[in-house]
Amino acid sequence: MSLLSKKDANLITDPLADNNPITIQVLGICSALAITAELKASLVMAISVMFVLGAGNVVISLMRNIIPSKIRIIVQLIVVATLVIIVDQVLKAYAYELSKTLAVFVGLIITNCIIMGRFEAFALANGPWRSFLDGIGNSLGYGVILIIVGFFRELLGSGTLFGYPVLGDPIMKTGLYATGYENNGFMIIPPAALIVVGIIIWVQRSRNPALVEEN
Amino acid sequence: MAQKTDSNVYTVVFAAVMVVVVGSILAFLASALRPNIKENERFEKQQNILYAMGVNENGDDTGSVNFIPTDAVEEVFANYIKQQYVIQDGEITENSEAYLIDLKKQLANLKRGLDYKLPVFIGEKDDKKFYIIPMYGKGLWDAIWGFIALDEAMTVQGVYFDHKGETPGLGANIKMRYFMDDFIGETILDGSKYVGISVAKGNNDPLNKTKNDNEVDALAGATITGNGVSAMISETVKLYKPYLETIRAK
Repeated sequence: MSLLSKKDANLITDPLADNNPITIQVLGICSALAITAELKASLVMAISVMFVLGAGNVVISLMRNIIPSKIRIIVQLIVVATLVIIVDQVLKAYAYELSKTLAVFVGLIITNCIIMGRFEAFALANGPWRSFLDGIGNSLGYGVILIIVGFFRELLGSGTLFGYPVLGDPIMKTGLYATGYENNGFMIIPPAALIVVGIIIWVQRSRNPALVEEN
Repeated sequence: MAQKTDSNVYTVVFAAVMVVVVGSILAFLASALRPNIKENERFEKQQNILYAMGVNENGDDTGSVNFIPTDAVEEVFANYIKQQYVIQDGEITENSEAYLIDLKKQLANLKRGLDYKLPVFIGEKDDKKFYIIPMYGKGLWDAIWGFIALDEAMTVQGVYFDHKGETPGLGANIKMRYFMDDFIGETILDGSKYVGISVAKGNNDPLNKTKNDNEVDALAGATITGNGVSAMISETVKLYKPYLETIRAK
C-alpha cells in the first residue's frame, strides 16, 4: 500500500502538469511576472506560497462549516493575511536575514489569486487532510513554473544562476561573452515572464492536445 | 445548517469574534517578539555602519556582501566606532546612542519645520578616520537607505545601500558589491561645491576608472532606483554640508 490513496495522490500530481495553476488555470500570473527575474527569488516565493497555501487550506477547511457564506471571501483574506504576518514576525525575530529576503513577497503572497482560488474552490468543500494535499500540490505546480521561468530569465538576462556567474564576466568579456554574446536586458523586465510562460503553455498544449480549449 | 450560517446575526457575531481572535493573536505575537526584533534591527544597523567603513568579512571574496557576524558585532562596533555625534541646531554633541536615531523620523521633522537631529559616526581603522553619515531616500517602490563613509578630503571610503522593496534583479541590485564598490574613491566635491555622486547612465566609464567625475555607472533597468540613490546622496550631502565643512581638510 502506498502512503496516499490514488485519489489523494492525484491532488498532488494533477496541479504539477495537467491542471497547473499557472499554465492551465492561468492564476497567480501577477507574482509570476514580478519576482521571476532571479532564480533565488522564485525559489523563496515558491516555498513561502507552499507554506501559506498548505496551512491556509487546512485552517479554512477546519472552519468550512462555520464560515458565513456572505462574508467568506473576507474571512479567507483574513486567514491568509494573518498567516503571512505571523510568519513574517517570527522570521524577523528568529531568522532576520531570511526575513529581509522575504520582505518583498509578503504583499505578493496575500494577493496571490491561487491562494484565494484554492480556498474558495477546494478547502471550503473538503476535509483538512485533502485540503492540505491540494494546497501542497497547487503550490508545487506554481513553484515549478516559477523556477523554470526564473531559470531562463536569470540565465539569459543576467548570465547568472542563483547570483553566480555561469556564462563569464560581461564587463571583462570572459567566457561566453568573449565570443560577442550579450545579456538580453529584455529578459529582466516583466513582459519577458509573459513570453516565457506563453512558451511553456504552448509546449505543454502541443504535447497534450487534450488541454487545448475548444473555441 | 444553511439557515444558521446565513442569518445576519450569525454573520455579524462571527465577524466580530473573528476580528477579536485574530487581533489578539497578532497583538500578542507582536508584543512577545518585539524585543527580539528590536535587537536584530540594532545589530543590523551596527553591521551596516561597519560595512560602510570597510569593516566586514569580505576578505578575498569579491562577489558578495559579508557582514561582521551578528554575535560579534556589538564588540566590533565598540572597537571601531570611536565617537558618535548628534547635530541639532548647528550644535554638535557627543551621544553614544546616536546610531539608534531613526533618520526617517528626523527628516520628517525637518520637512514639517520641527527640530531634528542628525547623527554622525566617527570610525577609526589603521590610524585613519572615517566620517560615516546615514542616508535615507526614495527608490521606485519604497524607501531606500544607506551609509556613506568619507575621509577628510571628502573622498568616499565605502558605502552601504539597502532598500525595502525594489525590484529583484533590477533596483534591488543597489545592495550588490559591484554597485556599492564603484563608489569607493569617488569624491562628493566638484571643485569646492558639495554635489554628491550621481548614478549615471551611459557615462562611457562602465569600469568606473575615472574617480573624480562624481559619477558611477548605473544599473541597467533600474533608472528610477538609480535616480533615487543619486538624489539621496546629494540631499544628504546638502544636509550635512555645514558639518562636512568643519572636518574637510582645506
